[in-house]
Amino acid sequence: MTATPDRLVEFDEVLTRYEPVIGLETHVELGTASKMFCGCSTTFGADPNTQTCPVCLGLPGSLPVANAAAIEHTIRIGLALGCRIATWSRFARKNYFYPDIPKGFQTSQYDEPLCTAGHLDVEVDGQTYRVEIERVHLEEDTGKNLHVGGATGRIHGADYSLVDFNRAGIPLVEIVTRPIPGAGAKAPEVARAYVTELREIVQALGASDVRMEQGSLRCDVNTSLAPIGSLEWGTRTETKNVNSLRSVERSVRYEMRRQAAVLDDGGRVLQETRHFHEDTGSTSPGRSKEEATDYRYFPEPDLVPLAPDAEWVEKLATDLPELPAARRTRLMEEWGLSATEMAWLVNADALGLVAGTVAAGASPADARKWWLGELARRANDAGVELTQLAVTPAQVAELAALIDAGTINDQLARQALDGVLAGEGGPKQVVEARGLAVMGESDELVAAVEAAIAGAPDVVEKVRGGKVQALGALVGAVMKTTRGKADAATVKRMLEERVVGS
Amino acid sequence: MVSSSEITDLDAAELGRRLGAGEVSSVEATRAYLDRIEAEDGAVGAYLHVDGEAALERAAAVDAARAAGEELGPLAGLPVALKDVFVTEGVPTTSGSRILEGWRPPYDATVTRRLKDAGTVLLGKTNMDEFAMGSSTENSAYRVTRNPWDLSRIPGGSSGGSSAAVAGGLAPWALGTDTGGSIRQPAAVTGLVGHKPTYGSVSRYGLIAFSSSLDQAGPMARTVLDAAVLHEAIGGHDPRDSTSIDAPLPPLAECARRGAAGDLSGLRVGVVRELGGEGHTTGYEEGVLARFAEAVQLIEGMGAEVREISCPSFDLALAAYYLIAPSEASSNLARFEGMRFGIRVSDDGRHDLDEVMALTRAQGFGPEVKRRIILGTYALSAGYYDAYYGQAQKVRTLITRDFTTAFDDVDVLISPTTPSVAFPLGSRVDDPLAMYAADLCTLPASLAGLPATSVPCGLSEGLPVGLQIMAPALADDRCYSLAAAVEAALDSARGHRLLDELPTRAAAAGGPA
Repeated sequence: MTATPDRLVEFDEVLTRYEPVIGLETHVELGTASKMFCGCSTTFGADPNTQTCPVCLGLPGSLPVANAAAIEHTIRIGLALGCRIATWSRFARKNYFYPDIPKGFQTSQYDEPLCTAGHLDVEVDGQTYRVEIERVHLEEDTGKNLHVGGATGRIHGADYSLVDFNRAGIPLVEIVTRPIPGAGAKAPEVARAYVTELREIVQALGASDVRMEQGSLRCDVNTSLAPIGSLEWGTRTETKNVNSLRSVERSVRYEMRRQAAVLDDGGRVLQETRHFHEDTGSTSPGRSKEEATDYRYFPEPDLVPLAPDAEWVEKLATDLPELPAARRTRLMEEWGLSATEMAWLVNADALGLVAGTVAAGASPADARKWWLGELARRANDAGVELTQLAVTPAQVAELAALIDAGTINDQLARQALDGVLAGEGGPKQVVEARGLAVMGESDELVAAVEAAIAGAPDVVEKVRGGKVQALGALVGAVMKTTRGKADAATVKRMLEERVVGS
Repeated sequence: MVSSSEITDLDAAELGRRLGAGEVSSVEATRAYLDRIEAEDGAVGAYLHVDGEAALERAAAVDAARAAGEELGPLAGLPVALKDVFVTEGVPTTSGSRILEGWRPPYDATVTRRLKDAGTVLLGKTNMDEFAMGSSTENSAYRVTRNPWDLSRIPGGSSGGSSAAVAGGLAPWALGTDTGGSIRQPAAVTGLVGHKPTYGSVSRYGLIAFSSSLDQAGPMARTVLDAAVLHEAIGGHDPRDSTSIDAPLPPLAECARRGAAGDLSGLRVGVVRELGGEGHTTGYEEGVLARFAEAVQLIEGMGAEVREISCPSFDLALAAYYLIAPSEASSNLARFEGMRFGIRVSDDGRHDLDEVMALTRAQGFGPEVKRRIILGTYALSAGYYDAYYGQAQKVRTLITRDFTTAFDDVDVLISPTTPSVAFPLGSRVDDPLAMYAADLCTLPASLAGLPATSVPCGLSEGLPVGLQIMAPALADDRCYSLAAAVEAALDSARGHRLLDELPTRAAAAGGPA
């Protein structure tokens, strides 16, 4: 199946004729020790079907029992998003057939979710956008299908399919926004900023490890376009398989450009699910929702209703940790940053790393310098997220401390970092093992300094004649012969003593 | 040494006493039952699966433990039969359906586990209407079960294998399940005591679901005391069932023993007008109403204060039930799609996933199951939900309110258990509505989640009639004490147990004596 490439309108041009509306459905796999309705482990990466039991396999006769920790996490997420917490809430069955849902229905929530009517403010380029949260509800994850054979990895064309039920029944929180109008050209960035902020919040709550690449945070991004000035919103598409923050932004951008071309041609946007492709940044049609599936929701009779006690909810609210927005405000103050500088940190996904580095003893300036500079460059070169680099904030702090102590200089520090990233151990270990420490006033250095002086009588003359800045050339020569291991300040002092001071 | 037939004629309490006293061994008792099953189940058709070897092994282990002086519970060594709806580890479990043919579950239902822990010996799994849908056991995918009182008649359903086994001397007692009457109606038409416990008082974990908000497991026995003892063995809170009630059971066996003394003074009994009373007799057999009227007199004669009570919403029970139960069933049965257990049809590389699922279900389910899946799917559909499922839930609330109001004035409510005696096999298979009518009297207590007992109250046309006793939630003990009083009074008036008449009656009806 080779589809003809979509015709696309230039992004800036889209905005001259259309107004985008976006909406996001985010699934967060909770980091509970056991599954939503049984005692099975939730550890990621175990051998297929080793973390299953009659309940999560949906064997005849088995019954669910709700995980109290998952309910608590969901309510805390709701509270952090300013939601109303239901005093009466029920699970519901969402009925449909697929081999990865073992019971023939997914236990979810329908018209009686745990949390409703919240909001999340996100900032893009200094402007605040309020994202209204429609609901936060709790459900169970499905199993994972593996389609073997065939080119696409989809079920069509596969020789056979395997199902791994380790993931089936892992608690999943779904956070649904209301439609977000009015973001205009910033719609793609608002979508990204929302997911980023939501992720920060869930992380701060300790409710999940929110790792998009492992699927513990998953996003469905809805996009629609309407002609500017139109009273009605356009038909939306729902883009799935959006597995990184960058993809969230790209998928909105792509859909806006694609839908504009369809509308320009007098066409109709189909209400459908689309798949995002990381490699090309494009979307392709999935299943059409025009003939909507009837899930025949009804209250789950195997589970008793939830009635969170008001006092308990109050206590959960009081005990919430400092949330990311408040934390940023505090850190801006403590670190003396401008809003723009803070935004850079957040956009680079480096705030947590920098904070961790500062907490491990580095100065805020050093921490920022390393993460936004050298480390960002390396992550970019390797094509990975900053958080995926094999170096911890504590190690970066250790590196900075070594520089402060004069044990190494910046250039040696970069070499030490090579070692750390190569898995040779912590900075101290690498410095020692690789012999990277700065040279003291050793015989070797004295010899190098004297050789430099002897080798450039003209420069010596200039310096003695008053052109002190010419000394730089001598410093450079010494650094070269010592292959960067010397401390530049020490070299300069030694040269001065010998050239000027005598 | 006692003879085999003498052993199988004993009620469980007496057999248990003899086992405890060492007068008979568990192996002897088990073998006596296996011999009768071997000889007679070909004609009765009560069992779907019997593993004599495993049963004897287990019985021998109990005997050995007893010989070694181990402290054993009162049920140790007693044989028992389980309706095939209960999941039994390693033992075939089909729920009466072709779709589960060959499935050996990897786990035990909580009640299965509790009976094992009590030292009982599993004789086998009994026949049932497929997925417990039916009132005659004729909807079983496997075999016909016959009523031991008259082999041309139905044993009731859906727990008809259990009723036939216990009445026919092929098990001392058995477990059934009751969703709309599936313990009480078969008990009534075979002359047994059957009790549907308060919803939530017996674990549903490992009970293959038909309608989750209605299903309850319960005892089927030859005496009220046996039923109470078996109920105590399986009941009580289970953390694996979130609808399980975390409260201790009332002392049921003790109530059954005390109830047999027959003093009902101070007991307020309501006769439900809508269940066979004035203006509501259509469909009720005269003989059934006559036996019921006699039972009412008997109860009054023992000192109870009897009055008629009207519960107007009960007229809507049948309609509400046939929306709620099929709706839940349509979802509960969705897991049977041939992917992970049971049969799989046409997985030949030429049919895709949806086709294999559809063909498996087409061949695996029988017509009544399909009928209810279609009914339930329709009732839950977008645009119809409020008019059907939603409306039925409101009726359910009204029925519960009628009960609440009634129980302000009386301690228990009574009615016939079912409008007719056992009907002939085949007579209603082509008329689902006539079949559904067999549950007319049992549905209200099901919908309200209340306990209800059926206890024999005589014969009509030579066939047993049941008296139904309904009580408030968690007051199962009231059912047992009144049932015990009725049982004791009738037994003493006739000079023997009703079941003692079965051999002569069966012979007269043309069955094996």
